Amino acid sequence: MSGTYLGMPAFPVAAGEAVHNTTLRGNLRHATHTIRDKRARAVAELDDWQQLRAAGKQIKDDVLRHLDHYLVRLEEAVTAAGGTVHWAVDADEANRIVTDLVRATGETEVVKVKSMATQEIGLNEALAEAGISAYETDLAELIVQLGDDLPSHILVPAIHRNRSEIRDIFNEAMGRWGRPAPEGLSDSPAELAEAARLHLREKFLRAKVGISGANFMIAETGTLVVVESEGNGRMCLTLPETLISVVGIEKVLPSWQDLEVFLQLLPRSSTAERMNPYTSTWTGTTDEDGPRAFHLVLVDNGRTDTLADEVGRQALRCIRCSACLNVCPVYERAGGHAYGSAYPGPIGAILTPQLRGMDTAIDASLPYASSLCGACYEVCPVAIDIPEVLVHLRERVVQGGEVTRAGNRVTLRPAKGHAAERAAMRAARWTLDHPAALRAGQRLASRTRRFHPSRLPGPGKAWTDTRDVPSVPAESFRDWWRRTRGPGTAGAGNSSDSGSTESREGTK
Amino acid sequence: MSTREQVLGRIRRALADAPRGTAPARGAVDRDYLRVHGRRDAAQTADLLAENLADYRAIVHRATGEELPGRLAGLLAARGARRVVVPPGLPERWLSAVQDVERVADSAALTARELDAVDSVVTGCAVAIAETGTIVLDAGPDQGRRRITLVPDHHVVVVRVPEQVVDSVPQALERLDPVRPLTWISGPSATSDIELDRVEGVHGPRTLEVVLVTD
Repeated sequence: MSGTYLGMPAFPVAAGEAVHNTTLRGNLRHATHTIRDKRARAVAELDDWQQLRAAGKQIKDDVLRHLDHYLVRLEEAVTAAGGTVHWAVDADEANRIVTDLVRATGETEVVKVKSMATQEIGLNEALAEAGISAYETDLAELIVQLGDDLPSHILVPAIHRNRSEIRDIFNEAMGRWGRPAPEGLSDSPAELAEAARLHLREKFLRAKVGISGANFMIAETGTLVVVESEGNGRMCLTLPETLISVVGIEKVLPSWQDLEVFLQLLPRSSTAERMNPYTSTWTGTTDEDGPRAFHLVLVDNGRTDTLADEVGRQALRCIRCSACLNVCPVYERAGGHAYGSAYPGPIGAILTPQLRGMDTAIDASLPYASSLCGACYEVCPVAIDIPEVLVHLRERVVQGGEVTRAGNRVTLRPAKGHAAERAAMRAARWTLDHPAALRAGQRLASRTRRFHPSRLPGPGKAWTDTRDVPSVPAESFRDWWRRTRGPGTAGAGNSSDSGSTESREGTK
Repeated sequence: MSTREQVLGRIRRALADAPRGTAPARGAVDRDYLRVHGRRDAAQTADLLAENLADYRAIVHRATGEELPGRLAGLLAARGARRVVVPPGLPERWLSAVQDVERVADSAALTARELDAVDSVVTGCAVAIAETGTIVLDAGPDQGRRRITLVPDHHVVVVRVPEQVVDSVPQALERLDPVRPLTWISGPSATSDIELDRVEGVHGPRTLEVVLVTD
């Protein structure tokens, strides 16, 4: 059973532990470098990538701006096609709805196709409390579930495990969940996949209830779309009598035609393939083909709060491709668990604090889990400016301000841990406003430069643990300018102009 | 207040900053991306389809309409298939050369467990996409219910060339009816979850054979 993320330490603590785990770093480095190179090749095949990316962004922005309109249309279309739509304002409500739906079938087992929304709301744990076993069927999710572990990547949740770790998990845990691992299981990926096939097929063939997420929901037609590779999605969507899909409200797309953009952007960005092996679409129920009952649970759980933030709302454009994880130098070293959420990596650093609020240490630390290098923005297929949102959220953490929580406008107080930073900024502002004080300070700093420590005491200590303190020059720029250009020089802008004119004349 | 009204109310308040009418504006999206990547004639499109299917480990065959029954019989025999599930509307002629194979008719009464004891499935398709190497099934009479192409380990699909082949994803969507249950297949079932090594065959068919039929 997957654990929850409650009580996770702040990012710097969790990341600090992770970077000392050399197996983890090796596994992650191998995986992220492999996939980022493949992705670049897959994207290069399409001459119109930037146009597709722009269209993807525009479609999602239109969806967000008219989200109420599209959700009502979606509800009408799903209902007309024989499905039932439920609305959940938060995780507890979503879990209650799903638990009641499963109970109504009389079943105590469900099969699940990987769904980030159900991970986010902790559905498996809620079902377990109600005496219902939820079986994860995606190979990586199975590895995570059997290992009593947490996912560490959006697309490859067991990216942090290598083949021999996976074999050990299968040998140890499969028997407790169902069919045991075959005798003498080797660690070749083919044999491991075969063991998963045998283990899970028993569950697929007897499953009466399936639970899924969805990559897209089409408002115009009421169609849901699941993109996958292994066929476990097809099994969960096709064989059970009842299908319950748990989907975030932002996953709606206006029209059938919009899929032409996202079915090109998503596979290439995520698995670096021209197209993923399987895509399933279904519209309500179909007589004698697939589940006879279809329930769609639309989940808010912080999304409308995120929508209320003019800068931060762009995070809701995310299509969960994980391209940003694979290029992120911070993710590559810290691993997914350090982010303390179903959504790791750069997107997690902006999505999680917005969905959950920034009241806990981990959530307040996530906007800092980045070097702001911008690689995530470069690869994002829907052009989410992740660095912009990170900086915006940092401002919220340090200065506080207006945010929306559970639908209400509240004023966030500045986070406690940043008092020294705020004091330093206030001091800097005062100094910059008082040129004489700045000049005196600079001279003092220059004259005492030989006595400066290479590591800072107090709050600066953490910063200099991994960096050198910049050395102070013997003379400030202002003093140098005054000495070389004379005290009569006027404003800096004018003198710089005349200086460059002189030098041009000098070269004639 | 119902949960539905609560969520919709929150959305409307969240968007108070955004000037908007009651309905989305037309032209909010620039669709200046390409409908097709590259210029090809029908034969080149079929070649690209074959190439991309093979790149994703599907086994591609070509046959004329006349050769098709013999080719299908050969593929099933080579596989040692004894029981083959057949959709209700599969052209009778396609399997006319198949001998010593039990045909299992797809019907609502056919359970997943019964399908698990079937060796192969033979179907047609709705459309095939050359640029991505994708076969799309729409549960039409020659394709049957979604489960029959899922549970058996060997899937043989027949694509009529050129009429069922399009170049690109946008062209495919134009041809498809969203109300029908659709299954898009690009190569056999695969996983990359173990150290990103691609392994074919997890839960769906391990072997996908595609016969491109030209008349």
